[in-house]
Amino acid sequence: MTKTLIGKRVLRNEDPRLLTGQAQFVDDVEIPGLLHAAFLRSDHAHARLLGMDVSAARQRPGVVAVFTAEDMGDDWQPGPPLVSPPPTAKDVLFYSRRQVPLVKDKVRHAGEAMAVVIAESRYIAEDAVEDIVVDLEPLETVVDLEKALQPGSPLVHDDLESNLAAHLSQKKGDYETARRQADLVLKRRIVIDRGAAAAMENRGIVADWDEKSQHLTVWDTTQAPIPIRNGLAARLGLSENQVRVIAPFIGGGFGPKMMMFYAEEMVIPWAAMKLKRPIKWIEDRRENFYATTQERGQIHDVEIALSRDGHILGLKDVFLHDTGAYDPYGLTIPLNTQCHAMGGYDIKNYSTDVSVVFTNKTLVTPVRGAGRPQGIYIIERLLDIASKELGIDAVEIRKRNLIPADAFPYKHGIIDQAFSPLILDSGNYWPVMQKALEMIGYEKFVRDEQPRLRKEGRHVGIAITPFIESTGVGPYEGARVTVEASGRIHVATGVGTQGQGHFTSFAQVVAQQLGVAVSDVRIVSGDTAEFHWGTGTFASRGAVVAGNAIHAAASIVRRKVLELASKELQTPQDELELEGGMVRVADIPDKSISLGELAARANPLRGAVEPGTEPGLEATSYFGPRYGATAFGTHAMILEIDPETMMIEIKRYVTVEDCGTVLNPLILEGQIHGGVSLGIGNAYYEKLHFDENGQLLNASFADYLIPSATEMPRIEVGHMETRSPLNELGTKGVGEAGTIPVPALFAQAVENALADRELEILETPLSPNRLYELWSQKEAR
Amino acid sequence: MKPAPFDYYAPTTVEQALAHLAEHGDEAKVLAGGQSLVPMMNFRLVQPSVLVDLNPIPDLAFIQPDENGGLRIGALTRHYQVEVDPLVAVRMPLLHEAVPKIGYPQIRRRGTMGGSLCHADPSAELVAVSVALNGRFRLRSPKGERWIPAQDFFIGLFTTVLQPDELLVEVALPPLPARTGGSFMEVARRRHDFALVGVAAVVSLDGKGVCRQVRMVFLSAGDRPMEARRAADVLMGQAPTPEAIRAAAEIAASDDIDPSSDIHATAEFRRHLAKVLARRALDQACRRAAEKK
Amino acid sequence: MRKLFDLALTVNGTRHEQAVEPRTLLSDFLRHDLGLTGTHVGCEHGVCGACTVLLDGEPVRSCLLFAVQAHGHSVTTVEGLGAIDQLHPVQEAFRQAHGVQCGFCTPGILTTVVAFLEGNPDPSEEEIREALSGNLCRCTGYQHIVDAVRLAAQTSKTAHEQPAR
Repeated sequence: MTKTLIGKRVLRNEDPRLLTGQAQFVDDVEIPGLLHAAFLRSDHAHARLLGMDVSAARQRPGVVAVFTAEDMGDDWQPGPPLVSPPPTAKDVLFYSRRQVPLVKDKVRHAGEAMAVVIAESRYIAEDAVEDIVVDLEPLETVVDLEKALQPGSPLVHDDLESNLAAHLSQKKGDYETARRQADLVLKRRIVIDRGAAAAMENRGIVADWDEKSQHLTVWDTTQAPIPIRNGLAARLGLSENQVRVIAPFIGGGFGPKMMMFYAEEMVIPWAAMKLKRPIKWIEDRRENFYATTQERGQIHDVEIALSRDGHILGLKDVFLHDTGAYDPYGLTIPLNTQCHAMGGYDIKNYSTDVSVVFTNKTLVTPVRGAGRPQGIYIIERLLDIASKELGIDAVEIRKRNLIPADAFPYKHGIIDQAFSPLILDSGNYWPVMQKALEMIGYEKFVRDEQPRLRKEGRHVGIAITPFIESTGVGPYEGARVTVEASGRIHVATGVGTQGQGHFTSFAQVVAQQLGVAVSDVRIVSGDTAEFHWGTGTFASRGAVVAGNAIHAAASIVRRKVLELASKELQTPQDELELEGGMVRVADIPDKSISLGELAARANPLRGAVEPGTEPGLEATSYFGPRYGATAFGTHAMILEIDPETMMIEIKRYVTVEDCGTVLNPLILEGQIHGGVSLGIGNAYYEKLHFDENGQLLNASFADYLIPSATEMPRIEVGHMETRSPLNELGTKGVGEAGTIPVPALFAQAVENALADRELEILETPLSPNRLYELWSQKEAR
Repeated sequence: MKPAPFDYYAPTTVEQALAHLAEHGDEAKVLAGGQSLVPMMNFRLVQPSVLVDLNPIPDLAFIQPDENGGLRIGALTRHYQVEVDPLVAVRMPLLHEAVPKIGYPQIRRRGTMGGSLCHADPSAELVAVSVALNGRFRLRSPKGERWIPAQDFFIGLFTTVLQPDELLVEVALPPLPARTGGSFMEVARRRHDFALVGVAAVVSLDGKGVCRQVRMVFLSAGDRPMEARRAADVLMGQAPTPEAIRAAAEIAASDDIDPSSDIHATAEFRRHLAKVLARRALDQACRRAAEKK
Repeated sequence: MRKLFDLALTVNGTRHEQAVEPRTLLSDFLRHDLGLTGTHVGCEHGVCGACTVLLDGEPVRSCLLFAVQAHGHSVTTVEGLGAIDQLHPVQEAFRQAHGVQCGFCTPGILTTVVAFLEGNPDPSEEEIREALSGNLCRCTGYQHIVDAVRLAAQTSKTAHEQPAR
């Protein structure tokens, strides 16, 4: 009877608060006596810290304290390893080196925190930072990935023999044999450069230690409040129950806010306990470019072996991955790259070898996409080149290699970022690609429009790029669903939220089960006082893992509701319906009881309670998928380029997503749009320029170019649904999908538009200048 | 990123402002729109100990016709006012075409003509346009006043002839001769970024359609607005044929500019863009001139 | 400690008087001295637009204004546009069109849009994107924001065309 709420375009519960400026972000937290912190950061990327004189800073009026590594004494410890190397992979070499609270011996990247000033205002704190005198001995920097591995290179970590942070080889089948049988072997070098997540809200933390109650409250712009709570408790010698971490409204996460522990997260709570005063630190935009993690830097030497008719016989990839100065995040990103370099294709022989390299640059941890865009870039570029060499149409060559619908679950066998053997759980790939082709009018464009435009002297290209996205990985999430006496539903879960609409999509899942209005479901997330167990939002897993935990808990509550209502209404359960916040007997509408009333009866002040029952109408459930579900999508684009200026205009942009069951299409579209905007940034506008001294040359929004409304096209979103068998809701994640194929799509479109010069693009991000160089190197045909 | 401390003065007359500048000299900075100065202060790239805020001065913002058919624009006039002013659209179409390209809409609400010119960023649209339109600037100091032609005002990167005790108060733009067309073009990464290269071209034709006057000024092509004199010489006295324009554009790019390299573009790419834009802008300017009586 | 300035200004219709340090940015004054935390700070160099407020009705970057410059002027922040139980029509349009994700850029966009629609009540999509070009958003890709502005313009047009009841 209840209309299904799953898949409905429900308006968001959280919007009125956000729209009126009433939502609390970390910098909005005010506490009486609040002090403010500013950090002294290194200008050098690699230098020995010989000494620091903070006396002048300490004496500045309004300064309460200045702390260095020395002042932290035994409390000074590097951050914990977040992700260990996969125990399931063989022959993994991994040297764990984690970031430090404040520099002790050596600066390893520009922007590394060396001291912290605590003062009455941020203004005064910054004045005092300038008072500090630092004696740094600059050292030769390590910036280039290949030079970093050469013998004699300066070392980022002196206790290691080289700058090799990790090494991992994985194999599927037998590439060498496949290669020998190939009609065509292509070898290329592909270079991918760094970009930033650049959420609109910079990071921040407020720490409040209450000496009397011996309790620490921390507000943090983190995607993972529970692990932060656990880690802080461990670091500070407290019980987990003495620490409460709140991730309130967060202004965008995109990955780097999942990293922990940032130096500031280690220092500020410690300082708050030491001074017994609440302290706030808010990152500014310049700091964000240096001190918040980045991603994408890799160099690939790839080889693909194909048969004459375009079938991929094997793929080999040897690559370097830039981890920056430390490697707390294990092998997550390169594993994702390894698992996505085969795309959605049926490749039986694969050899992949990654060397992770330390450099004197900002740390690398996942940024939306997290290694997947690099993998897709490789395979799609190779297929484009193969298509030209073999004379096979670009769409056709992909069709021939896509995993067929009857081959699922498809086992690749290599290990993925969740330490499981990579299995693509379900999918129906070719129809998704077909739908994208139809939506963009691919055939008609290539046959009729493009030749006409070319005659007019215009350079308009079309491109299509299929891709997979691993999502919804474990380990687990949990949720507690409670019917309150008011009849409203209270839901608590451990994952935070940074704009993805969890307050609404999760409410839809609960409302679906309990027959209430979506607006009557209150979701609390990101507060460790509300829910004790969980990890965080990353790897496109919120809807899948937390969503399914919520679904499970809501299902149990539904069962309890029906059991109790059946007794109260003296009617068998199968004759009861849940609708409009009531339980009613079908066909006898006045025989009903409200959920609120039931909740009250489930928690009586007197009377006996049957053994084995639990009070109230509440349930807590956990969900951990057997492995991550794999989504599939295809993007297509028509792009015009002015070959004299290399300025582009995106004429049409189409995406088709298959992420299983969709909870809320409005929210889904928003996720795709946002992901594509980062993807377009990665493809054509955003590049972090480090010079040979490890200095970031574009550490501001004036020079780091994020697409604005005038650069973004209108995006047409199509859907297909292949339910995942891995969870009851049948969902797959989609949070990162928008970003993954875009650089590959761009390269294909630009080559297609500039076809008269037969460019071969093997790098990303592109820029007008770079295209001009590539164009100038080629003669017109 | 918070600015360093400073003493603040908000004079209500030009005389008061000049008195503050005379007293504090190099220690003082003038605050107009603040769209360039305040970011630099927030980054602590500049740390003036005195800030003299011109915004409260009432008669520094105006757009007035002068009796010869030109325009007089007060230094504190906001870009937005210039953008929407009908007189500007009619008398100075080149300016009308260039102003919307300055930064973002919100920047144009505060940014001022005087501020932009005195900041002397070679990538500023107004800097190039003021030279292309033969502008003259009125400078006042406690000692009196002087008029400087735009092309003599800009002497280097972020450097003008303005003395520490001087204020730019007015810009005079002479009327355009008959049969004059202009064109402003720039190439920027995102729509509202600083131009990689830009050009302001003004061409006047004689009765026979031959180029009588040519003025072309580049932005982001050197340490100051770069006037393409050699290119202008080549085109003068010629009919504006595609070949003549192409030749002028080539010379402009090879001889008249001195672009540098940065993370957004190499000098070579800038030269290439300059050539392309010069050709397109001259073409458009000549067409527009031909359409006029 | 430099000389303080006796600042008097109107914010969202309420008059405030306070002695402030000249270097206090208007964004910080609004957020921390007045507790109006709806205006957000994203970059402090005038590019992201999250801090946009209306100064005498004009959209400006509050991170590029010193609070003392607002002396004698009137400021409108997002809190002055509407309340949770009574959204401004532009806010309502954003709700309907899903023009909000994390909400951090939103206040700056709302003030920009309110001012924009006053001067341009029936804008084209291109004009809308131009008007939004000074407000960065990392979550939405701008599409639903553009839709929201269109909807707001449409709703306002319809309201004007309806005969009064």
